[in-house]
Amino acid sequence: MTRRQIHLAAHFPGVNNTTVWTDPTSGSQIDFASFEHFASNAERGLFDYVFLAEGLRLREHRGQIHDLDVLGRPNTLAILAAIAAVTRHVGLVGTLSTTFNEPYELARQLATLDHLSGGRAGWNAVTSSDAFHGANFRRGGYLDHADRYVRASEFAELSKRLWESWDEAAIVADAAAGVFLADDAVARVRHESRLFDVDALFDIPSSPQGRPVIVQAGDSADGRDFATAHADVIFSLHTEFSDAQDFYRDVKGRLAAHGRDEESLKILPAATFVLGDTLAEAKERSREVALQQVRPETAITYLEQVWNRDFSGYDADGPLPDVEPDTGPETAQGFANRHAAVRARISKLREVADAENLTIRELIIRLTANHTFVGTPEHVASEIDRYVQERATDGFTVVGHLTPHGLDEFTDRVIPLLQERGSYRRSYEEGATLHDLLGLPPVRQRTLV
Amino acid sequence: MTHPVHVAVALEGAGWHPAAWREDDARPRDLTSPGYWAELVRAADDAGVAFATFEDALAFAGRWTDRDEPRTDAARGRLDAVLLASFLAPLTRRIGLVPTVTTTHPEPFHLATGLQTLDHASHGRAGVRIVAGSSPAERANFGRRADGPVGFPASGRVEDDPAWEAAFREAGEVVEVIRGLADSWEDDAIIRDVESGRFLDRDRVHNLEFEGEFFSIKGASIVPRSPQGQPLITALAHQTIPYEFAAQHADVVFVTPSDPAATAGILAELVEASDDVRTEVEPLRVFADLLVLVEAWRAAAEETWSRLQEREALVTDARVVVGTADDVVEEIRAFATAGVDGVRLRPARLPADLVAIADLVVPAAQARGVLLPDGGESTLRERLGLPLRASRYARTEVPA
Repeated sequence: MTRRQIHLAAHFPGVNNTTVWTDPTSGSQIDFASFEHFASNAERGLFDYVFLAEGLRLREHRGQIHDLDVLGRPNTLAILAAIAAVTRHVGLVGTLSTTFNEPYELARQLATLDHLSGGRAGWNAVTSSDAFHGANFRRGGYLDHADRYVRASEFAELSKRLWESWDEAAIVADAAAGVFLADDAVARVRHESRLFDVDALFDIPSSPQGRPVIVQAGDSADGRDFATAHADVIFSLHTEFSDAQDFYRDVKGRLAAHGRDEESLKILPAATFVLGDTLAEAKERSREVALQQVRPETAITYLEQVWNRDFSGYDADGPLPDVEPDTGPETAQGFANRHAAVRARISKLREVADAENLTIRELIIRLTANHTFVGTPEHVASEIDRYVQERATDGFTVVGHLTPHGLDEFTDRVIPLLQERGSYRRSYEEGATLHDLLGLPPVRQRTLV
Repeated sequence: MTHPVHVAVALEGAGWHPAAWREDDARPRDLTSPGYWAELVRAADDAGVAFATFEDALAFAGRWTDRDEPRTDAARGRLDAVLLASFLAPLTRRIGLVPTVTTTHPEPFHLATGLQTLDHASHGRAGVRIVAGSSPAERANFGRRADGPVGFPASGRVEDDPAWEAAFREAGEVVEVIRGLADSWEDDAIIRDVESGRFLDRDRVHNLEFEGEFFSIKGASIVPRSPQGQPLITALAHQTIPYEFAAQHADVVFVTPSDPAATAGILAELVEASDDVRTEVEPLRVFADLLVLVEAWRAAAEETWSRLQEREALVTDARVVVGTADDVVEEIRAFATAGVDGVRLRPARLPADLVAIADLVVPAAQARGVLLPDGGESTLRERLGLPLRASRYARTEVPA
């Protein structure tokens, strides 16, 4: 019986403290050379796709631009288009907001990426509703929080209709007869609702995949609903084994109601890793990386975000502050909830800190810098394989901590072991689309009768 | 004595002639294929063309045609120009990449960051062609704006249509934002100071705080400063308000004199417009657009032109040159004498006339001293004789 195949995504180091910039080997977050290196390594490692997160406004901390972590990133679509030119097989998945884009434009951009890459485009659809990011956009924070998944869902539906509005055989190009397009080959797409009023004629022909792969990352009930209705991949947070199995069972169990097959939705949670020649060495390296990821000032910043207070006088090697949070100005709605949520969070932090007598820094390391897989390459490969064979995940979205070479080691030392187990591809099939690489059923295109 | 000029190309679909897709060597099935565009632009790059512009709109066909019923006898289907340019960046060495963008529906923030990213990926060869306004077709595709021009006023003058005047004002705000966000990170904002634990110097990253008539943008760019600092801003203009728009906001303006003699009048209008409104330090660079069809023999060119015209008559704003490479070179010389800084050649047929430009026209023009040679400058701006400027926020160094 053939083993279940492992699917892997390569996550470019994000704009947060998981990415270590203090290491002398750390490279640029913006130079194209970094993206070229990263994508080449992913292709060498036969990854299904490279993945980019997105942030539509520079992170701030207490009203000022946050300067402790890496900052600065390219425009998602433009950099993926450039990466398409220097790769041949690996998928190209970018995070793009359904709140601060419009369907006609985003659909044509994703279709363009699919054409340029020969069918390798993917879209991690995220929602946002806040005024902070909205301040960089035409309509500000216009979207009601409660509407963000309503808009996302309609946006996805509308985009799919635009992608399939050109018949696959639309372009006849009969020079002698002077017929470029077949009759009725391009369908008008109309959608009228509270949120959209569109009467569209799409200007981009059907692309190699038909439509891009759609990834979804939200863990809320609305998020899971969106995923089971629209997504091909879930970029989840569930990596603890039994928790992951529960999530897997729940989500895959909902697919039948949408007329979908189990294999039509892949679950690829985020995972970090640290390798060593022995388990002890790996643990030591993990500890070193964690200390780099959670510097004293990083830990203090984390607390400042929870407490909403200035803790610059505090020692990260000391105990948690014994002070009240500043829950901000009282508002008619939300004050009580926010107050209670912050208190609950602080209570939880104290519980963990007290149980193991942790300093501030050690507590934040415990909470944020636990690496998913720590061990020898054999151990890591064996664990990844176990998760997939035992249906806890369909694979992982692997995040390195160094730009751009953080996943080089994974390609060199772990991939060959996965291949040896018979659980991972040994080559890319020529002409494979991202749908093909992910083992997804083909997209049904509208065809002329 | 004529001064030598720059040469650019304008690329669109199967070529600028509407019947070009029916030619034997046309590739009408490849208009959205990466290989088609890579071959065209690499040929132009190898020949030493200074930059290529790429057409785009947010509607089926152009902005003003095919609304009710899609035409089935015309080449249709295109790629998003900013993404096409970004794709071509790693595949090209020297040529500037200038996508067309519209300014009513796209988010100015996304336009700005897209162009900065193009500049990073191309190591400083990014430009943009700014188009004002939206059409009813575009508005229907988006369902987001009710305001905008319905068509062209009877007089043909922008100032006779408040919707068009507003469109140009909005386009001006988009350029201000593109320039402002491009400057928002100073060149040395990223300090990677391990000792203080600071990745960047936050005093060197500036929120834009733009408040305009049509939109407001608060924050700094998410993209660090790119090699050119600012993309090359270009615009196509045929009359007063667009001339004023170009004078105020652009680095390069494309104009459409009907013949070399008509150039003087246009240049005079541009000088007058610049005196009133130009905010950039350098004079506006003026490129004359020429639509060209080139064959080895004049008779062959005219025969090809007749065939194309019989199939469908071209309607164009640009001067048309049908003839040999030498004929085109002499036209370029005449426009150079008339005072332009460059010419933008619109190939009637693709790939045929792009190949003719690359293989025949450019070498002949260079041999006759009509073209400025590639000086080896690293960025598009410098190649066109425009200086790089530090961010508007950069502190001037005080000598010790």
